[in-house]
Amino acid sequence: MYKYDQYDQQMVDTRVAEFRDQVRRRLDGALTEDQFRPLRLQNGLYLQLHAYMLRVAIPYGTLDSRQMTKLGDIADRYDRGYGHFTTRQNIQYNWIKLEETPDLLAELASVEMHAIQTSGNCIRNISSDQYAGAAADEIVDPRPYAELLRQWSSFHPEFLNLPRKFKIAVIASDTDRAAMKLHDIGMQIVRNAAGEIGARFFVGGGMGRTPMIAPMIREFVPLDQFITYSEACLRVYNRCGRRDNKYKARIKILVHELGKEEYTRQVEEEFAHLLQQGIEPPLAEIERIKTFFVDPPFEAGASDELDLSDPDFRLWVERNCHAHKAPGYIIATVSLKPAGGIPGDATSDQIRLMAQLAKEYSFDELRVTHAQNIVFPHVRKADLYTLWKALDAADLGTANLDTVGDIIACPGLDYCSLANARSIPVAQKISERFGSAEKQAEIGELKLKISGCINACGHHHAGHIGILGVDRKGVENYQLLLGGCEGADTSLGQITGPGFDENGIVDAVETATQVYLAYRQEGERFLDTYRRIGMAPFKEALYG
Amino acid sequence: MKIVTGNDLKSGHVVWWDGEQWSRFVSSAADVGDGGEAIIAREEGARRVFAAYVIDGERTGEGVRPSHIKERIRALGPTVRLDLSLKPGEHDVANWVI
Repeated sequence: MYKYDQYDQQMVDTRVAEFRDQVRRRLDGALTEDQFRPLRLQNGLYLQLHAYMLRVAIPYGTLDSRQMTKLGDIADRYDRGYGHFTTRQNIQYNWIKLEETPDLLAELASVEMHAIQTSGNCIRNISSDQYAGAAADEIVDPRPYAELLRQWSSFHPEFLNLPRKFKIAVIASDTDRAAMKLHDIGMQIVRNAAGEIGARFFVGGGMGRTPMIAPMIREFVPLDQFITYSEACLRVYNRCGRRDNKYKARIKILVHELGKEEYTRQVEEEFAHLLQQGIEPPLAEIERIKTFFVDPPFEAGASDELDLSDPDFRLWVERNCHAHKAPGYIIATVSLKPAGGIPGDATSDQIRLMAQLAKEYSFDELRVTHAQNIVFPHVRKADLYTLWKALDAADLGTANLDTVGDIIACPGLDYCSLANARSIPVAQKISERFGSAEKQAEIGELKLKISGCINACGHHHAGHIGILGVDRKGVENYQLLLGGCEGADTSLGQITGPGFDENGIVDAVETATQVYLAYRQEGERFLDTYRRIGMAPFKEALYG
Repeated sequence: MKIVTGNDLKSGHVVWWDGEQWSRFVSSAADVGDGGEAIIAREEGARRVFAAYVIDGERTGEGVRPSHIKERIRALGPTVRLDLSLKPGEHDVANWVI
């Protein structure tokens, strides 16, 4: 895990002191709300439907037990005993008081965390593969590069007032677990024919009201130039991106309107210019960062045996665990989606328990996934059953990863001031309807994602089944989408037709799964069957 | 009827203008007629609330009810965490929202 140096710590501490003064001036009346609003947003403090909401960054989704414990304590001390893990590897607190925010931020800073650049038209939290550093299929650990991007983008004076917000994801395997092509920049660390490591750049992806899959604009950028290339991508966007219409201000619109070729030409021109400026951090810096991400001391000769005689444990292992690169170890994912639960929510006690268990069983390390789950990246197989028993006792042992119960859902109209419809109650009803292990086993992999408005924080465009909540004259209505996917074969879901009410959409999901089960061929997932047979059979079943 | 809502500056709590002061409970919201903007200017200037605005409401047997579902959820709290709502003991309160 990366540890702050004196500069990192000083920057964060200084920002806390600065914000403390800004809050004081706001409460004293020296600052109006119009003056204060951009200042609080720069520190991650939003006004949501019920109260102030604070979004805390978890860089590339990695944190240790000390930080996780602090997140649980903050939930108790400053919120109402829970937190919400988001689709961008952040955590949000929903009931924050302005006058307490500086103290909260100081507590975060004490464990090398902050809420800086979790709002506003700047480069947001750098996200990554939740299995980074543990997956058997990665070329290298992508997190040192994500960390260098974090340092480069933090307080970057040129990019604090972009046309619109900017999201970057970094991965290092062909299996995309970070929805990389649906980011403003998706960066894949690859090996070229000569065996050299470099970065493949995908630029101009995103969801929202105009979903687009990022085209690849550069096959290979040497890793001693990838910050410079990123700078070039941002510079062209900053110069040419639209500022007259916020709905057309994301880089995806610029890349689309200029065309991939012209955008790429301008980036390459800027890149050539920037190379002359020598802005790339010295190689010593990335080497310094890499030292924080060396493998933990895996036990040599650790046993690969797993006693699967407990059927519930066997199911959890089959569903929620993933191959580790080290013999005798395994990656375990905690589903924050119990049947009928609120996707991504965890109580303060659950948060602290996961922290404690990570310290005991995962080399003090945890990951937050964009699917709103928590990962124990390095678990000795010999410890897995003990870990699962402890998790299960705290309602954290649900075996449903990547099934219909593992639903991504935004906070929706229950919390969000931008939402048009509630997402969580729909997720709860679906997860209850499909809650049985038998039903989930019958259906297999099915990624279902729900957004409460067109901003698509619930990634509905990328769901094998997606649901979009809309407002129809003051009444919640839900559109159904099929065929989205966020992996290496990213695709965007298509709307089936007229929307449904809250109960109707749950029935519609069941109807769609019945069509799949009727048509599927050996080994096909829902998505495979949809891609083979197309929309027509689903429409016929849904609308007659 | 027209009612005024905003957020308490320090706590962020949703509040409603009851004719004399700010209340956590929408049921006691006052009909401000055409006077909403003046109330907002005065109260925001005094830093008692911020982000205030005027919405439509209806008077019912149980008090004032905002016309739009978003404001009803705002008034009550998240429908999925009724334990955190302003009426945690009333299990049918979600029906008031829908």
